Parts: sequence; structure tokens; C-alpha cells
Amino acid sequence: MDSQVIATHPEEHAEHEHSPYLRHHFANLEQQRETSTFGMWLFLLTEIMFFGGLFCAYLIYRNWYYPAFVAGSHQLSIALGATNTAVLICSSFTMAMAVYSSEMRWRKALVGWLLATIVLGGVFLGIKAVEYREKWEKRHVPGLNFSAAGFTHQDPNYPEDKPLAPDMAEKTQVYFSLYFAMTGMHALHMIIGVSILIILVIRAWGGAYTQGHMTTVENFGLYWHFVDIVWIFLFPLLYLISRHQ
Amino acid sequence: MSEETHAQEILDTEPTHHEEHIVGPRVYGIIFGLLMLFTAITVGASYIDMYAFNAVVALAIACIKAVLVILFFMHVKYSSRLTKLTVAAGFFTFVVLITMTMTDYISRAWGLW
Repeated sequence: MDSQVIATHPEEHAEHEHSPYLRHHFANLEQQRETSTFGMWLFLLTEIMFFGGLFCAYLIYRNWYYPAFVAGSHQLSIALGATNTAVLICSSFTMAMAVYSSEMRWRKALVGWLLATIVLGGVFLGIKAVEYREKWEKRHVPGLNFSAAGFTHQDPNYPEDKPLAPDMAEKTQVYFSLYFAMTGMHALHMIIGVSILIILVIRAWGGAYTQGHMTTVENFGLYWHFVDIVWIFLFPLLYLISRHQ
Repeated sequence: MSEETHAQEILDTEPTHHEEHIVGPRVYGIIFGLLMLFTAITVGASYIDMYAFNAVVALAIACIKAVLVILFFMHVKYSSRLTKLTVAAGFFTFVVLITMTMTDYISRAWGLW
């Protein structure tokens, strides 16, 4: 409705102000929803560029210091990484079900699925913390607590691996720097996501997203699935692809 | 009732695109199962020695999983053309940036080795 119509039919305009969540500058709910989805995707695209830069750095340095990256990668537990991948996929499913519950206006189901997502996000971060702790104990944290000593000897878990020369063994720091940068930024996104989820649960309990306005839950779902996608790429790159080299 | 008001009423009561295509638990369940299956496949494939192809296979499976998440969990398959175009343009730009970076990187020492 353009401004001229509003001016000439003020009382008719007023009777269409029925949706409390329709912002004044949008023509209708569909346009409002479309705009916020568009904005959310633009934000996610900047995130793709951000993580893409890290992936690009990983690709180039892996090419440079290939033996160091293979040896570094062999220090990660595929079992823990695979478990975390499964946990994150489960949390994406629960988040998708939360969006569905919001669309169906099921308040208690929405709260339940959001809580399940929080729990799974917490499990992911817990497993990540166990992995970080192991890195600390093995002295694989560059800059804080690093020793290349473990890489100049034969690794009993990978008998076919040759020990690295001292200079290449030092380069495992590049691998672990990128490992901590990438998984750390990913974990930060998870922490932010869980924090927002806690707010969403509280507001969802009050019925905020089950009375027709579910854009907030939907857009948060986009964010959560995006974080899942980042891990879908991190897992094979960091844990899997160097297993046989 | 004027024409404009009538049109506005239709716009206000018209179901949104999501209400037309609410993605249900069945689709989510199938996608969830496929994602778990592909995770198992990618872990299994990493234990098979395929020389240079381990990385290719792992990344191909990761791309399939990402596309499944984007299309179904993130509703892009059911979204408007604006959203589809936004996502496609973003990924296209991303590929261009990576390609140009890599092109520069591999051609720095061209002919010097």
C-alpha cells in the first residue's frame, strides 16, 4: 500500500494494523519475512567468506608442509571427531524440528526441540573440550605449550610413518595453529549459538514464536545449520584426509 | 470496499511461502538419515587407501552433505527466487575468490622451477 492510499484511507489502513509483529515499514508479513531471510543469508555469506579464508590457508599450508600436516592430523581421534559430527547432525535435526514446531504453533514441542538442541550443542562443546585437553597434555598447543619432540620419533599408532626431520617437526605448529583457529572459531560460533538458544527457549516458553511470528526461530535455524556445514567440512579436512598419507 | 483495500486484504491473509510448503518431519528425518549415512561412508572411506583420491572423496561427500543441509534443513529448495539467487550468487563469488587466490598462488613461481 503506497503512502497516497494510506493518506486517503486512514481508517482502512488502521484496520490492517492487526499483526503486532509486522513492522511499520513493511507492506505485509510476506515482505517482512522475505527481507529478514535475505538479510540473514547475506550475513551467512560473509561467514562463508570468513571460514573460506581459513580453509584456503589450510589448503596452501598443507601443500607446503605436507609431512607435518599428515603427522599433526594423525594426533587427532577420528572416533571423537566422528562422534561430534553425529552430535552436530542430530542437533541440526532437532533445530529443524524446532522450526517445524514453531510453524505448527506447538509451544511445548518448540521448547522441547530447542532444549534438545542446547543439550546437543553442549555435548559437542564438551567433546571438543576433551580434545583440547588432550592437545594440552600432549604439548600440541602452539605458542603456549608446544613441543615438537613427539614428532621426531616413531609413532606407535602409525608404524608406517617415518619420524619427521627436526625442521619439519617444528612445522606441525602450523597445522595445530590452523586446527585451533578453525575449530576454535567454530566452537565460538557454537557458544554464541547456544547462548542465543537459551534466550530463544525462555521467550518460546512465553509463546513468542508460536503465534504466527516464527522468523526469529527460522533465521536462528539458518545460523545453526550453517555452523553445522562448517563442521561438515572441518571434520574430513582435519581428521580424515591424511589418514593414509 | 475499494480495490486497493481488497488487494491488501488478500496480501495480508495470503499464506506465506512456508505455509504453502511446510517442510515436515518426514523430509527432515530422511535428510537426517542421509547425513548420518554419508558420515559413516566418509569415515569408512578414510580407512581405505585411495592415494590422492582420499581427499577428493572426503570433500565430495562433504559437499553432498552441505548441499543436503542447505536445500532441506535451510529450506532453500522451498524458498523464493530472491533467496535462491542470493545463495547461488554468494557461492559463485566464493568460488571465484578461491579460484583467483589459487591461480595467483600456483603461478607465482611459474617457470622458475
